[in-house]
Amino acid sequence: MGQIREASAGPGSGVIVAHGLRRSYGDVEAVRGVDLEVQVGETFGFLGPNGAGKTTTISILCTLLTPTSGSAEVAGFDVVSQRLEVRRRIGLVFQEPTLDEYLTAEENLRFHAELYGVPKPEIAPRVEQVMRMVGLWERRSNVVSTFSGGMKRRLEIARGLLHSPRVLFLDEPTVGLDPQTRAHIWDYIEELKAREAVTIFLTTHYMDEAEHCDRIAIIDDGLIAALDTPDALKASVGNDRVEIRTADDAAAIAALAERFGLEASVSEGAVRVYVPHGAEFIPRLFADLGVPILSVNVAAPTLDDVFMTYTGRTIRDAEASATERLGASAFMRRRRR
Amino acid sequence: MGSTTLVVAPVRLAGGSWRDDARTVRVVWNRELIRFRRNRIRIVTSLAQPILFLFVLGTGLSSLVGTSRSSGIDYRTFVFPGVLTMTVLFTATFSAVSVVWDREFGFLREMLVAPARRGAIIVGKAVGGATVATMQGCIMLALAGLVHIPYSVPLFVTLILEMALAAFMLTAFGLMLASGIQQVESFQVVIQFFVMPMFFLAGALFPLSGLPTWLTILTRLDPLAYAVDPMRRAVFLAVGVPPAAMHTLVPGISWFGWRVPTGLEVTIVAVLGVVLLLLASRRFAKTE
Repeated sequence: MGQIREASAGPGSGVIVAHGLRRSYGDVEAVRGVDLEVQVGETFGFLGPNGAGKTTTISILCTLLTPTSGSAEVAGFDVVSQRLEVRRRIGLVFQEPTLDEYLTAEENLRFHAELYGVPKPEIAPRVEQVMRMVGLWERRSNVVSTFSGGMKRRLEIARGLLHSPRVLFLDEPTVGLDPQTRAHIWDYIEELKAREAVTIFLTTHYMDEAEHCDRIAIIDDGLIAALDTPDALKASVGNDRVEIRTADDAAAIAALAERFGLEASVSEGAVRVYVPHGAEFIPRLFADLGVPILSVNVAAPTLDDVFMTYTGRTIRDAEASATERLGASAFMRRRRR
Repeated sequence: MGSTTLVVAPVRLAGGSWRDDARTVRVVWNRELIRFRRNRIRIVTSLAQPILFLFVLGTGLSSLVGTSRSSGIDYRTFVFPGVLTMTVLFTATFSAVSVVWDREFGFLREMLVAPARRGAIIVGKAVGGATVATMQGCIMLALAGLVHIPYSVPLFVTLILEMALAAFMLTAFGLMLASGIQQVESFQVVIQFFVMPMFFLAGALFPLSGLPTWLTILTRLDPLAYAVDPMRRAVFLAVGVPPAAMHTLVPGISWFGWRVPTGLEVTIVAVLGVVLLLLASRRFAKTE
């Protein structure tokens, strides 16, 4: 059993390649034809609301789910027919913790290293290296049940890297953590990007986190709605976002359509429109709207706006409807049983 | 994307797969041992019940049964192999619950996504559970002197091997049940349904002779009976029991008047253990 150093592929070759991935659960099609190609060394973000098909897609790429149709290769191996080969080359961090809380941090990592066949002499130095990277080396002898949520997540990230995977999959790496811990997790991810030659594929439904990615795919309702760098996506929106609070939203929307030819939407209690030069639009708005304005807010486009532009709704609204849809199907599944 | 070529860390290729399987078994087994060592309360509490049976029930009943007529055998000596079996039975089935715990606490996923065969994982669980159960049995075995059983090396070796075999079969049985179960509560209900009947019908507390036909049939169907009988025979031989008492107290298991030899009894337990383990790994392989 040899151990070889695999020649790294140059730029331009995909370490993850997916064609027409589909997956249905009963009558519900969670993923409806996903195509994507992720380059070596890239940090690729999968952005979408809960229930959009992110976890289903990531599970297919990680060999945990078989696609209903379509195919995918990770690190050059087919995710259905060459599962074990794919698994040797990927690291996984799930949404829910998968640590043994009765074992110490170090024992958890050693278990993983041996299960993945890391050669004996390499285990100890590698364990120390990844634990230092996430700042847990001093806590190595503590039982995991004494760890906070953020520490557990860091330990899981360290564990995912232990066997030097080609691709590290992070499914919602910061979900359920407080803002400060979330920021810390991102510091660690940035550091590992700098130190390890690893491609990162992550999912998130936090817009601000998507900004850490080299490229982003926006997924909604099981389909990729847009795929580009964060800057390019924001540039493609072009327009500034203008939000106004008024005494009469319905009248304001009607007036915006009639007098400015703008299609407005209501989101989080404010009337929202997109215009090329927001700051210059404000004086005209006050002059011609004819509805009393309580407050105005102008902002350069964010990924939230990108999401809005490509899917026609905010991520929060999309989430609500997806929860409804999937909730109903889960209910039906239970009844069928 | 930058134009620099990235250095990718070494990746192992698929080696000889039996080596991978052996390593998987060893890692999973080792984890069971660490968890057992760390859980001292479990070690103590799971000994409480057998000790209660041996000294409270055993002592109470021995005044009722009387020191067995002609032979002079203490009831506690008689019941000791049964209590050893009980220790192994409770610990082994409790170990099997760890699969359900692992599922509930997410750790099962860590194992299921590893580049390891599921069959090897379940074998590791079985060997681990059996080791833990045998170790618990050994702690009980240390009390042998209190019930007039000599500390003889051949006897102890025999008993430990027989306990290990029973532990393996019972862990495999527990894993077979656990592989398809999602919640710890449901597993406990299912296991309770099997454990006490298996224990009572095994002849752990009373000799399997002179029983009504319906009960005789049930005891013959209890796989645990084939584990208790050789252990009691070994104990009685070591204690030195008169043949007459041997005949009534350790009648052996007979099928339609033919007494099943000890070697076959042991084989039955071993083969059943393997079959149950195969069933368990088939069920386990199907879980998502």
